[in-house]
Amino acid sequence: MSAKKKDKSSAETMVKKEREVSKAKLIPVHIMGKRYDVPEGLTLMKAMEYAGYKFIRGCGCRGGTCGACGTVYRKPGDYRLQVALACQKTIEPDMHITQIPFFPANRAHYEFADLTSAPEEVFKLYPELFRCVACNACTKACPQGIEVMDAVSALKQGNITVAAQIGFECIQCGLCTSRCFGELVQYHMFQLARRIYGARITPRAEHLIEMTKAIDEGRFDNTLEKLRHMSEEELKELYRKREEEPVTAGEDWRPKDKTYL
Amino acid sequence: MRLAYYPGCTLKTKARNLEEPAIASLEALGFELEEIPRWNCCGAVHSLADDDLIHQVAPVRNLIRVKEQGKDAVVTLCSFCFNTLKRANLLMKDDAEKRDTLNSFMDEEIDYSGEVRVLHLLEVLRDEIGWEALAQEVKFPLRNLKLAPYYGCTLLRPREVAIDSVENPTILREFLKALGATPVEFPESTRCCGSYQIVSSPDSISGYAWDILSSALSHGAEALVLTCPLCDYDLGQGQKELVKRHNGFKGMPLFYFTQLLALALGLDPQVCHFELNHGSPESLLRENGLLP
Ligand code: SF4
Ligand code: SF4
Ligand code: SF4
Ligand code: SF4
Ligand code: FES
Repeated sequence: MSAKKKDKSSAETMVKKEREVSKAKLIPVHIMGKRYDVPEGLTLMKAMEYAGYKFIRGCGCRGGTCGACGTVYRKPGDYRLQVALACQKTIEPDMHITQIPFFPANRAHYEFADLTSAPEEVFKLYPELFRCVACNACTKACPQGIEVMDAVSALKQGNITVAAQIGFECIQCGLCTSRCFGELVQYHMFQLARRIYGARITPRAEHLIEMTKAIDEGRFDNTLEKLRHMSEEELKELYRKREEEPVTAGEDWRPKDKTYL
Repeated sequence: MRLAYYPGCTLKTKARNLEEPAIASLEALGFELEEIPRWNCCGAVHSLADDDLIHQVAPVRNLIRVKEQGKDAVVTLCSFCFNTLKRANLLMKDDAEKRDTLNSFMDEEIDYSGEVRVLHLLEVLRDEIGWEALAQEVKFPLRNLKLAPYYGCTLLRPREVAIDSVENPTILREFLKALGATPVEFPESTRCCGSYQIVSSPDSISGYAWDILSSALSHGAEALVLTCPLCDYDLGQGQKELVKRHNGFKGMPLFYFTQLLALALGLDPQVCHFELNHGSPESLLRENGLLP
């Protein structure tokens, strides 16, 4: 598809979408305490934009992975504070929402090269760890569904491995930190735990070391040299004729032609 | 037999020499300590302020984990954890108003009203196994070892949580007898070691430590037997200074009761992690032919 054509069609879908939005039923939401009527089906983020907010912060990937758009909300008749990523959650009638895109949290300074895998490293850098009272507010606040308190407990118990594993999917949105009774900075601690776990606790991949050594010793020099001298057509041909790994292939799948292995 | 087990943070870091010999010994005795899943620090002290409910959340949450497992009792090794958990448990059992507040605060958990029994390992040894049966399992009696049982506070006070007579406890004495050792009674065995005062007034702690150690010594003890990592810290870390200050004092080895249990049962001394003890308990054991 040519660039022009693509432009035109995406402009068309946009117009179409906007029409759909304008036809959609309007529902009331309260953004920072003020009521707006917005088309149903929007995400919290779109609803805020529809209401006139412009994001210069508090918005990044729009795909639920960057952690920039942490938001808290309440629904009528429910005392519980709820959390969401604004780019992921769809609005519901009468929600009260406020974004908490950033929450102050001090990150400890350290020279990573000097750190060992001893639990005391974490204790020293984040002594407030021991202020945790197990209130569990952090876990309730996590839009990623992480058992935040369990990871904090693991750190207290000196188990960096478990903390790193539980906290693996943390996207650093900061909502747990905003709710913490003990003023801990969970996401910075988890980042430290993951770093120590990755660099000091997980075993080195032997095959990787072997392979990089083999590369350094010139195992692929000839093959690369050959590719370098091929014409564009030859390269394309090679690419077209390549043997693809079937989607269902198991871990032990190997291509028939092993020249490049 | 499987026992729900609450370890506590310190046993996973500084006090592995309390935990590992216990796990190995119980296995040798046909019991399995089954660590409760997702436990958190118990908070280490029972809060005495009447309206300070937030500090009950941590211990109660652990008791809820035990209940979730379908267990009706939980065993601890650290006497501080024991005290904190048991007192929180009493509160949930006896104080309806606070129970309701705590249950509604923890609205993500199942309701709890003190159903779980909190036990210290010494109680399990006494009540589930019995001293005579324990004595029969002993492979290397700790003959000739003169050991002073030190209870400190948390196994015996307050009265409602005591595992034995508050005034005249005998449980550690009976335990040591079963292992073939010679228990040495001394008046300071239930005196406070100073607990967390070590943080704010280390000097007064060294005074307490001296009273306790010198009393045990003058009654003929060669070492002290403990159940608590905090007692171990308070009575152990200042000994170098006491040796300098008191002519003729050469320091006194401190043992966790679980280390002695493992030794007497004939387990590999490696599980005892003597390298984590204050002073050098190993030389005393070697002198008595209990270590190669
Ligand atoms: S652990 Fe905290 S910072 Fe990480 S995703 Fe959950 S709430 Fe956000
Ligand atoms: S919110 Fe803070 S104090 Fe509460 S459980 Fe989480 S880390 Fe602990
Ligand atoms: S009393 Fe001591 S060892 Fe026991 S959990 Fe609590 S802090 Fe940790
Ligand atoms: S729970 Fe809420 S109302 Fe109660 S003391 Fe804490 S902050 Fe205040
Ligand atoms: S914008 Fe990145 S997670 Fe929402």
